Amino acid sequence: MTTRPEAAQSLKDLVLVGHGMVGQRFLEAFVEQPGAAGWRITVLAEEPRAAYDRVHLTSWFSGASAEELSLTPTGFLAEHGIDLRLADPATAVDRAAHTVTCASGAVLRYDALVLATGSYPFVPPVPGHDAAGCHVYRTIEDLERIRDGAETPGTRVGVVVGGGLLGLEAAGALTALGLETHVVEFAPRLMAIQVDEGGGRLLQRKIEALGVNVHTGAGTQSVLTGADGRVRAMGLSDGRELPADLVVFSAGVRPRDQLARECGLPVGERGGVVVDERCRTRDPHVYAIGECAMAVDGRVYGLVAPGYAMAETAARSLADDGDDVDGGNGLGEEHHFTGADTSTKLKLLGVDVASFGDAHGATEGAVDVLYSDSRAGIYKKLVIGADGRLLGGVLVGDTESYGLLRPLAIGGKPLQTAPEQLVLPSGLVPVAGPIALPDEAVVCSCHNVSKGEIRAAVHDRGCTTVPEVKKCTKAGTGCGSCVKLLGTIVAEELEAGGVTVDRSLCEHFGQTRAELYEIVRVAGIGGFSELLDRYGRGGEGCDVCKPAVASILASLAGGHVLDGEQSALQDTNDHFLANLQRNGSYSVVPRIPGGEITPEGLITIGEIARDHGLYTKITGGQRIDLFGASVDQLPQIWRRLVDAGFESGHAYGKSLRTVKSCVGETWCRYGVQDSVGLAIELELRYRGLRSPHKLKAAVSGCARECAEAQGKDFGVIATSAGWNLYVGGNGGMTPRHADLLAADLDKETLLRTIDRFLMFYIRTADRLERTSVWLDRIEGGLEHVRQVVLEDSLGICAELDALMARHVDAYEDEWAAVLADPDRLRRFTSFVNAPGTPDPAVTFVPERGQIRPARPDEDGRILTPALVAGPRLEVRTA
Amino acid sequence: MTEMLTRPVATEARTGLVEILDGRTWSRVCPLEELTPGRGVAVLSESGQQVAVFRDRSGGLYAVDNLDPFSGAYVLSRGIVGSRDGAPTVASPMYKHVFDLRDGRCLDEERTPDGRPAVLRVWSVRIVQEGDR
Repeated sequence: MTTRPEAAQSLKDLVLVGHGMVGQRFLEAFVEQPGAAGWRITVLAEEPRAAYDRVHLTSWFSGASAEELSLTPTGFLAEHGIDLRLADPATAVDRAAHTVTCASGAVLRYDALVLATGSYPFVPPVPGHDAAGCHVYRTIEDLERIRDGAETPGTRVGVVVGGGLLGLEAAGALTALGLETHVVEFAPRLMAIQVDEGGGRLLQRKIEALGVNVHTGAGTQSVLTGADGRVRAMGLSDGRELPADLVVFSAGVRPRDQLARECGLPVGERGGVVVDERCRTRDPHVYAIGECAMAVDGRVYGLVAPGYAMAETAARSLADDGDDVDGGNGLGEEHHFTGADTSTKLKLLGVDVASFGDAHGATEGAVDVLYSDSRAGIYKKLVIGADGRLLGGVLVGDTESYGLLRPLAIGGKPLQTAPEQLVLPSGLVPVAGPIALPDEAVVCSCHNVSKGEIRAAVHDRGCTTVPEVKKCTKAGTGCGSCVKLLGTIVAEELEAGGVTVDRSLCEHFGQTRAELYEIVRVAGIGGFSELLDRYGRGGEGCDVCKPAVASILASLAGGHVLDGEQSALQDTNDHFLANLQRNGSYSVVPRIPGGEITPEGLITIGEIARDHGLYTKITGGQRIDLFGASVDQLPQIWRRLVDAGFESGHAYGKSLRTVKSCVGETWCRYGVQDSVGLAIELELRYRGLRSPHKLKAAVSGCARECAEAQGKDFGVIATSAGWNLYVGGNGGMTPRHADLLAADLDKETLLRTIDRFLMFYIRTADRLERTSVWLDRIEGGLEHVRQVVLEDSLGICAELDALMARHVDAYEDEWAAVLADPDRLRRFTSFVNAPGTPDPAVTFVPERGQIRPARPDEDGRILTPALVAGPRLEVRTA
Repeated sequence: MTEMLTRPVATEARTGLVEILDGRTWSRVCPLEELTPGRGVAVLSESGQQVAVFRDRSGGLYAVDNLDPFSGAYVLSRGIVGSRDGAPTVASPMYKHVFDLRDGRCLDEERTPDGRPAVLRVWSVRIVQEGDR
């Protein structure tokens, strides 16, 4: 009756039913146990794919592939000899015979059985609930069906039943699919489990502002179908009829305990296989973990962190007493699973929501401390016990303090700071540091790592960086929400231990970039060798310090970036004054100040691109990028651009990129100032300015902010009285809204303030530190910067002004200078021993009427000017 | 006199013609003074292979494959020459992987994404003085 081969009889058989997130975590934990090698593991999975990240399922709609969502590391199963059987779910368990039967008919013997079957979506048994057009939201296949449904012609309105966490995720997905979206929630507020009334109200307002229609306090009575049997409307408990073409049920989940029920294992009243603190069911050979299990505290946990904790407990427990199922008791109590913290922090439809501890103030004698600002969209409530301890809280709109507050609440020590300090916006009051956290406070709830364990990793196990602590303790490797706090704890611990945090730029310089800047400035250093010899640690230098020093020298000493010793320090982009692309070719971006360009200019760029066969694309900074140039082509392309009056756009440098602008009052009905004129003036003033990282800027002609100035390193917004200056904004990976540095400035004051802001940033920032990070890092933050540049609190403004004046005076177009110098031109050749030979490895294929790099399996062709342009190359436009 | 050196060359020479060994024949690279200390150049060998030749600030000459095995692009000659724990290195301009110029080994990762060892072929370099040919 066994399908197993006769060999390896000495191995014991472990069968895991279910390969979801918790099942995979169990496998990872189990194979690390000392006795794991004595087990042969088989996994029965219902879905056609291995474990994937269900928590981030919604990201599938925004482009994450099933592969990217996968949680099973490549080679993991093979390495541990795990037999994963996809799309072959278990159908029955015979506990007396110790066997599991699968859908395929196979019968497997087990010495230990682990149930990790998860849960299924609850669909209210209303009439029509199974009509065509009704969906649930749990697997990648469900998502595929929802997408197909939404894309069917005539599908216009989507209704989500359930306003909880998953329901809002689903609503976001429907909105993104272009449907008019409604959320129907039975409870009087959204996310009723996590947030309180006030938080729910704010959440609803924010979500409605995103175009989602919310109906709270409304039950689903029926799903009404049309003649074709498809969904046409929802009947609500208040008698309304809501037109609907597509319905997603996400009204909660129920444990999948059918297997356990059928083989006689006890289950809870509301479902869930009953397990003890070691995650064992009543049968010592059978374990249950995750959403299908009911823990000793009588709860069924629907979150991943408790599931992971159960997986770890079961893995240890099984490895510990697998030999003697009735006796073994070596499992320390610290590994028992007796219940879990259900705190959550998430971003729903772009709205930050967090809830932790006793969020609803259920503890007797608990009082609230509340901060609410409807205008800013922030709601924060802390629940404080009668004894002054923090018990829990709700945060909507701003969850920055979650990482600090949750451990305080779970740690259970009396607060050392006044609670109002913990909810008021930072800046109004000093924020308590994590030093105030007790050692037992859990910092990483995904892996249950306490502050004490992180401290021990630093002072007992020699970790000195966050990555080392992550490796050592696993803290911060789950959802990642605690990484920032982790960094602060590590730094504090190092400092407390008398260890100076190593802030060396690299192995060649013990100084930070800012310190090197000061040395170069004060000692009047003129070159890299001199700096390395006098102030460095010897060696050749490297790709970290060379470009950083080159940038400092360029900011302080000026001169062409390709002059003398400096030329050897530059990154490849600066070296060739162009941007390296993935196949080794370069792109070219001429400066188009403020995004303003004449028809003649456009035609010239178009002709040059056409003659050289370049791919063209409009950039986000309102200019034109020309792709696919070889190094040999760069001077030819730039010769024509320079002749036509263009100059370098410095897209390749850590320097000012563009000053984007809206069209402004000249044309726009709403504009109050000439934003284009100012943008051009700013771009010409700061062009070529080398800095620790790239600089982006924008000017908006009115408060509508069409130029998105608040997302830039410096942004200017017109007011009727002058200009408002914003600094420290960022888009990209870590968006940050800029801070208002000064309001209603006249133009002269505006220029002077920007001059000083930029020069102060260049002087004090770390290598590759954008203004946004810099502003958050430097002591005193925005207020300090304001005092330095507006009130000259450090007495350096005259110096900053002089440096900028010198920059403005000394500016020359780098490309024009290269073209005028045969020495500098010489480097623009693909092969030093075969000038004029194009790089045979750089090949292209056509796509949408232009070129793109050929992939390794494609037969592309080499692009030479002659090939593309023929005789036209000889025709000069100027 | 010809400096017949295989493998990387450390030299006091200030002039001469740099060559690399392509199988059995030496291929011309360029005059030594055209190599900027701290930078590299790309060379097309007699057999059509792309080689990156570097000169560091202390005068060392090195030649390795120009192909960056991590990106699949022929770009190593455009990387920045450096040192790590005393070893002469080049950092790929594409994804910044650092290679030891003496033996071609990648110091950051042992294997390329497709599982092959991340090692560059090292080419022999020499400097030929005027009149020696």
